[in-house]
Amino acid sequence: MDGFIYFLIQSVNGLKLGSVYAIVAVGYSMVYGILRLINFAHGDIMTVGVYTILVLMTAFGVPLWVTVLLSVVIAIVVGLAAERIAYRPLRTAGEEATLISSLAVSIFLQNLIMMVFSPQRKAFHLPEYLSRLHTIGFIKLSTMNIITFAAVFIILIVLSLVIKKTRIGMAMRACSDNLNASKLMGININAVIVTAFAIGSGLAALSGLMLAGEYKTIDPLMGFVPGLKAFCAAVLGGIGSLSGAVLGGFILGIAEMLFAGLMPTDFTAYRDAFVFVLLILVLLVRPYGILGSKEGGRS
Amino acid sequence: MLEINKLSVKYDNIRVLHYISMQIRKGEMVALIGANGAGKTTVLKTISGLLKADSGEILFEGKDITKMSSHNIVASGIVHVPEGRQIFTKMTIEENLKLGAYLQRDKSVMKRNFEKVFSLFPILKQRLHQQAGTLSGGEQQMLAIGRALLGNPKLLLLDEPSMGLSPIMTQQVFSVLESLKKEGITMLLVEQNAYEALEISDRAYILETGNITLEGRSSDLIQDPNVKKAYLGGD
Repeated sequence: MDGFIYFLIQSVNGLKLGSVYAIVAVGYSMVYGILRLINFAHGDIMTVGVYTILVLMTAFGVPLWVTVLLSVVIAIVVGLAAERIAYRPLRTAGEEATLISSLAVSIFLQNLIMMVFSPQRKAFHLPEYLSRLHTIGFIKLSTMNIITFAAVFIILIVLSLVIKKTRIGMAMRACSDNLNASKLMGININAVIVTAFAIGSGLAALSGLMLAGEYKTIDPLMGFVPGLKAFCAAVLGGIGSLSGAVLGGFILGIAEMLFAGLMPTDFTAYRDAFVFVLLILVLLVRPYGILGSKEGGRS
Repeated sequence: MLEINKLSVKYDNIRVLHYISMQIRKGEMVALIGANGAGKTTVLKTISGLLKADSGEILFEGKDITKMSSHNIVASGIVHVPEGRQIFTKMTIEENLKLGAYLQRDKSVMKRNFEKVFSLFPILKQRLHQQAGTLSGGEQQMLAIGRALLGNPKLLLLDEPSMGLSPIMTQQVFSVLESLKKEGITMLLVEQNAYEALEISDRAYILETGNITLEGRSSDLIQDPNVKKAYLGGD
């Protein structure tokens, strides 16, 4: 019985982590769907958002919801600046060029944060009302966890409605289906790309808050590995597909926590490696991901 | 309506169009004929802004559109039916058509255009909610033309609308073009199918390795011994 409860607890921990991956992966997948850009800097945008929250909370004592809003805004500004400066000029240069450029943006952001804030880990404490624990059966969830689950749910519903029902959503789907033909329909593709980056960056900032709230420490490199895993989640689920990104995020989160929790302690250090191996195994069986289609379409 | 003056276009550093000049008058159907690689598609892509001119100018209704971006060119009334149809395969027929009307804010105009397209291509109406990728080649071409018509074009650019189609489908496509012509839509038609193109068009330009080597009334060109020899497979 104890073993089963432990399994359940780890699964819930996996859901927590998975919801963070899912949110980041959705942003990743949107940008990839349109530009075929593997944006390595996506996770670092998350870090930028977290540091913004930290500064505003500790130094200025601004209420949390204001800092969250501002961190989303700043993440969007940084994301759009990266698009304008590092990706757009290379748009006709091929996917490898923008991929390398995104690595450069990633390294730049990490080092910028180190210079401004020092490379040291910093404590990150959510206000007491958010970190308070609620016990449901054997499972302990903080207020923040519950808000996170609700937020993930709402964000995904709103996003899929926007993509299915609105004019800009239709334009985004068109761009990910056929970028050149989209231009010929009179769609301003730069506006669509900017929108995708803005949504992705904003979501990255939100997920940063979720992650920092869970781990209670932050550091300048904290976004990079979750960013990579979110990319894995997007690929696992079928890149370009939003529902695939969400599914991939949850699968990776749960798999990672189960691995970390159930394996002997000697192996738990390999949890990152386990995630990447899992990705490779899935791709061997389903090269386009779980929900992906051959051309990397959005479903 | 459309005036191209000394247009030059380069891919990397290779010039593929050598200072060509063309005119299209309102209501006219002009054919652009040439072998593979002559630069026909390049001409259309440059008009619609997918490619940028190296030098020269393109005037549409007197306005310089040479440096305009594609979406603004579409907004000014030039709609391009690209080579290989380029429909949105993962979206429905209805969504494809709606995307054609992306810039059309006037609902009544849009409704009228939808009806026009459905009367030209009844098959599209039957399959509105079907994924466009499931259509046959000929149906996809009809969708591509229908989608373009929803953009309410003043000038329609057609790139090889008969490519890869069966003879029956080709005839259908040409008869649609015929009826669009009767409606007075100005068209620039790029075709490998030179005979059909000359039959249907008012005037034509012959493009050879990036140069316009011949131009004139289509009914004259169809009789021209050189044209016959090079493009009509005749004696």
